[in-house]
Amino acid sequence: MVRPPRSLLLALALLPLSAAADRPLSVVAPWEITGADPSTAGYVYARMRVAETLVDTDADGQPAPGLAGSWQPGDDGLTWRFALRDDVTFHDGSPLTAQAAATSLQHAQAKPGMLDSAPIAAIEAEGDEVVIRLDSPFAPLPALLAHSSTLVLAPGAFDDEGRVTKVIGTGPYRVKSVAPPQRLEVERFDDYWGEAPAIDSASYLAVGRGETRALMAESGDADVVFTLEPASRARLARDDRLTLHAEPLPRTIVLKVNAEHPLLEDERARQALSLAIDRGGIAAGLLRNPEAAAAELFPASLGPWHLGLDAGEAQDLERARELLAELGWQANGSGVLERNGEPFELTLRTFSDRPELPLVATALQDQWREIGVALEVAVGNASEIPSGHRDGSLELGLMARNYGLVPDPLGTLLDDFGTDPEAMGGDWGAMGWRDDDLASWLDTLRQEADSAARGELAGRVAHRLNEAMPVVPVAWYQQTAAVDAELEGFSIDPLERSYRIDELRWGE
Amino acid sequence: MSVALASRATPRWTAGLGGLLLQRLFQAGLVAWMVGTLTFVLTRSLPGDMAYRIAAGRYGHDMVNTSAAEAVRTELALDQPALGAYFGWLWDLVQFDLGRSLVSGEPVMAELWHQLGHSLGLAAMAVLLSLLLGPPLGLIAGLKPNGWLDRVSEVAASVLRALPPFAVGLLLILIFSVSLGWLPAAGHGRGAHGVLPALTLALALAAISSRVARNAMADVSQSAYYAFSRTKGLNERLSFLRHGLRNAAVPVVAYLGVQFVYLIEGVMVVETLFAWPGIGHALVHAIVARDVPMIQGTALVMGLMFVALNTVVDLLCHWLDPRRRI
Repeated sequence: MVRPPRSLLLALALLPLSAAADRPLSVVAPWEITGADPSTAGYVYARMRVAETLVDTDADGQPAPGLAGSWQPGDDGLTWRFALRDDVTFHDGSPLTAQAAATSLQHAQAKPGMLDSAPIAAIEAEGDEVVIRLDSPFAPLPALLAHSSTLVLAPGAFDDEGRVTKVIGTGPYRVKSVAPPQRLEVERFDDYWGEAPAIDSASYLAVGRGETRALMAESGDADVVFTLEPASRARLARDDRLTLHAEPLPRTIVLKVNAEHPLLEDERARQALSLAIDRGGIAAGLLRNPEAAAAELFPASLGPWHLGLDAGEAQDLERARELLAELGWQANGSGVLERNGEPFELTLRTFSDRPELPLVATALQDQWREIGVALEVAVGNASEIPSGHRDGSLELGLMARNYGLVPDPLGTLLDDFGTDPEAMGGDWGAMGWRDDDLASWLDTLRQEADSAARGELAGRVAHRLNEAMPVVPVAWYQQTAAVDAELEGFSIDPLERSYRIDELRWGE
Repeated sequence: MSVALASRATPRWTAGLGGLLLQRLFQAGLVAWMVGTLTFVLTRSLPGDMAYRIAAGRYGHDMVNTSAAEAVRTELALDQPALGAYFGWLWDLVQFDLGRSLVSGEPVMAELWHQLGHSLGLAAMAVLLSLLLGPPLGLIAGLKPNGWLDRVSEVAASVLRALPPFAVGLLLILIFSVSLGWLPAAGHGRGAHGVLPALTLALALAAISSRVARNAMADVSQSAYYAFSRTKGLNERLSFLRHGLRNAAVPVVAYLGVQFVYLIEGVMVVETLFAWPGIGHALVHAIVARDVPMIQGTALVMGLMFVALNTVVDLLCHWLDPRRRI
């Protein structure tokens, strides 16, 4: 028998040890890299921990110090000072100065993005502080500065026209190579100001097909795979080499209701439609996740905005029929409700960019037939909902709305429910509906800095919305991930700001 | 005597080539104009608001609202008459300028260059693999028509051609990545990444080319001149090399031109399935995001590629078949 040399055996025995130290991490997700600019592709550089924002979020999704160690609004609420951390360097070796951060934010402000929702007058640098001046008080400003469209990049990242030519951030990883639209490779940045990550290098690959992503997890080509299809989830769960993770997202499937429509102007009609929805059935049968049923707009990750309502109790067909009878609706011979000879007929617009929406729409059609409401489903383009809002032709719209783009949903709610009496509601929010109490609470929330008072107001807003149903919640989205069982420290960020790859390490 | 011999000599293979190339060049110009015009008309007449589509492509669905869409509309002058935009595009095309992507803002030419390389690499690998698999199998089957190899390969070819490339690709990933662990399931960067997508395309191509080769070989092997080559004393190998191969090759090569249609349609599905950053993948995404310059650019390159590849096939046939040169 031929014996292999002892040195070879030794090398083989040591191989797993050395491999664990520099084994690269491979992340696969469906979202493509559209370029280098934070306004379009910032999320991927934020998630892969290449670039950072002034404000970070903690494990509960609340604003926490990021590149700014602390911040303070002035007494009038119009001048915000963000004091930068010391000793932060960009990946090109240049230091993070207030001037560099202010310039980067000015570029962000010039493009469509999260900063649009705040009344910003000027962004300046003073000493080691970034100073943001507002036209009117806006308490959730720090939350906006946690969004990936406000990533702070080095002065060398921009060309003369303000275009981003290269992503030079401050994160624990720096760009090694980027090949839009699919591939990004990062390596550890040794001069990172915070804790050094355990894994040396990582890659991101955009894979559009769900089947392919699932197979990449199964074959071991990818260590972390995001967004699993319901169909492959059960198969992956049986695989010992993988662990499955799931986390509800603050993106909600909602029905936008035209509250000026004669059939829908009464609060009770909207409540009846909501009571007739079998949310549990939609969640378990169509979305394959029983926990997705949403009886309210905001999931638990949005803290004080979440009411903790039970989705099972939100369905009550008897109550729905009673409410409609109160409004004078009677079933005719064919089971459809009628009032003064006019049938209860509505058209629901939705779109297929999110493939689950048309399915949910047809489920609603079926469920509402039970109470005598005839629904026509029109599947078209996403733009038909805002355009129907503008010209008043929309009756119902089924869509997905993300209330957690930033840690505080106020900016989104101001867009959706508005405080401006001239322009009621918003593209992806209420239509023809206005509530003076709600408007004044939202307005107070703009200015109120005390977090206990904010929490109380948030609860009131959520409660009022749930009562008046200018938009009807149906289901929550969920982020899912299949992760190599040897990886330790994995968690899903419910706000999807980060993949938290700097917290991962390979197990023994 | 010598005069008679000279007149019977085969014309040089370049004879008649100029006309052929000129015809193809004219065809290329026509294709460019028609593809561009058609994509322009089609994308403009798609339902839905272009500005919203482009804004969703740029900033993501969660960030799109009327103000973002209006910003896009103003920036790209989408509210201007379509005819002006069309002539602007045509004028730019004459100057070989394809414009900038509406989504990424990068020049279309630069993006296409990056993607075209990946697609051409994939297509070349697929054609090469299919030529290694299909025609040899077909030629052997054609030497003994209706033998067991002929029957088996016929069934295999029918099944492979009937399955959509999407299903073939998934099956290959299941076999070679998940079960055997030999090859990466998807992605790009290493040579091994290209094998499965190329094989997916190659199997369907080989399915056809093996049957074409088989029929061509069967015709040749039953022809009088082939029988004569055997009766005059050539052994099987020499008859095949001297009289069989070249004659059977003409239809196989000519049919390659038709197969490129399949290849161009196949790369779109295969590239998306295998996350291969090619031109087919780019076209699918450009259509979703209503990125008109990118759609026009990719469709244009695909159309021109088709003309170019057919020209190569013509040249090959011209070289293989002296009867065409007269």
